[in-house]
Amino acid sequence: MTASFLNRFGTRRALLVGCLVFVALVVTGCSSGKAAYNIRPQFFWDSLLKPDSAIINGLGLTIGISVIAQLIGVTMGVFAAMGRMAKFLPFRLVANFYIWVFRGTPLLVQLSFFYYGLATAGLFRWPTVVAGPIDILPQVLAGIVILGVNEGAYMAEIVRAGILAVDPGQTEAAKSLGMTYGQTMSRIVLPQAARVIIPPLGNEFNNMLKTTSLLSALSIFELYNTFSVSAGHSYATFELFAACAVWYLILTTIWGVVQSRIERRFSRGTTTSNSSGVGPRNKGFAARFMSLRAPIEQ
Amino acid sequence: MTTVSDNLLGAIGGVPRPETDVVVDARDVNKYFGRLHVLKDVCLQVKRQETVVVIGPSGSGKTTFIRCVNHLEKIQGGRIFVNGHLIGYRETGGGKLVEDREKNISLQRQEIGMVFQRFNLFPHMTALENIVEAPIHVRGIPEEEARVVGRALLERVGLAAKENVYPNQLSGGQQQRIAIARALAMKPALMLFDEPTSALDPEMIGEVLEVMKELAREGMTMIVVSHEMGFAREVANRVVMMDDGVVVEEGTPDQVFSAPSQERTKTFLSKIL
Repeated sequence: MTASFLNRFGTRRALLVGCLVFVALVVTGCSSGKAAYNIRPQFFWDSLLKPDSAIINGLGLTIGISVIAQLIGVTMGVFAAMGRMAKFLPFRLVANFYIWVFRGTPLLVQLSFFYYGLATAGLFRWPTVVAGPIDILPQVLAGIVILGVNEGAYMAEIVRAGILAVDPGQTEAAKSLGMTYGQTMSRIVLPQAARVIIPPLGNEFNNMLKTTSLLSALSIFELYNTFSVSAGHSYATFELFAACAVWYLILTTIWGVVQSRIERRFSRGTTTSNSSGVGPRNKGFAARFMSLRAPIEQ
Repeated sequence: MTTVSDNLLGAIGGVPRPETDVVVDARDVNKYFGRLHVLKDVCLQVKRQETVVVIGPSGSGKTTFIRCVNHLEKIQGGRIFVNGHLIGYRETGGGKLVEDREKNISLQRQEIGMVFQRFNLFPHMTALENIVEAPIHVRGIPEEEARVVGRALLERVGLAAKENVYPNQLSGGQQQRIAIARALAMKPALMLFDEPTSALDPEMIGEVLEVMKELAREGMTMIVVSHEMGFAREVANRVVMMDDGVVVEEGTPDQVFSAPSQERTKTFLSKIL
């Protein structure tokens, strides 16, 4: 019943309305009378409209870590995908082992093992890296690298699917022009695979933005940890985690807009006309999000 | 600066000079797909500036054979020399053949242009970008120079106005002409055509054949797998008939088409003419 209601109504719009109701509740400070908890809306509004330096820092860390980790992930994914498809058996074994391990264990375990585990055993301590004006702390460096390597294992399959989607005739044409394997990959195959890779890559990055919250386990004051700590101090748990959720929504929404722009750019050379077309895939994120017709189900 | 000339090879600075009189020398080539024996002791010589048309029923191995000439397919026996260089393999002390390093194979392929049945233009590049890609990134020619040659080639194949157009916005015939220009831009000593008109609508076949005829007349060395008998009669120096992985018969177009000596050739020709 609920499901069919959602189908007719549109899951996306249901979510949107849900969010609005939720925010309205918070704003009006509705506390249902009996609860001892006293909602203080200014905690919610202040952390959104007048974010202090801790929140700004947390935002910066979340975005920065996500971007760098995703870049590492894409790079690792390309190499792992090529490794999986290599003729040379040891390459295939290494790539398969890497993907097997990092997809088969929880990220939280990987973070703990490679940061705390290695250090406690005296095997490896992550260094502080000086990058221009900023020092990258050991736990941040570890967080970026482990997130990136973990992401690479997932990207590998996405990249592999993208490479396999490219017409083999493209590789043959490139070879017949005297291109080496590396040139064929970097100039002919990967740019075409990108069209297939980019939509799931966008989803991966959306995930990455949110997954960085696990880095609180390494005492990194990214967005979630910042709110978590300040909620602990102020006991405004309800208001602050609601604000925290809104911040993540803002990040992922902005990313959604960027993503649809990128997807449109990478589809060049695939349409038969010069116009950008009017199909649903070419509609902007905002247009798709707000579309008045509910998505058609089956 | 290259001056714009009125012919195709002029656009790339004249007829590329093969180093030897015999450009292609295939000796006893054997090829298997698994247990299927697709090329059986195939021998073929192509002399400088010669156009050889290979005909035969589908599955006869003609496409496989020309794909072996630039090592898109491995061979299991025999040798193929282009310009006197053994293609795809190097000979060890004991006379055994070992597949050559990828880099050397790439170098050899630079001298051999190939045109495919399905064009295989790079869809993410414009017509001109398709043509200048390999000269710039494989040969290392300065971008400006490559563009001048590329534009001259586009003009020669009648598509000067399409330089900034992506392949998907072009007709099959236009795409194939650009594919020919792309191969020519590498200044190859030999051109291979793998059924270049088979994927084209009938009204577009002529424009592609015109370009190929011009190329043959200007003295390019060519192996063409094709069923275009008119083309073969007009420009082929030799016609080679293949069937079931074997060269059944070869001779001038007149000999093969008008007075075939082999029964299999007669049967085949009676079906397609």
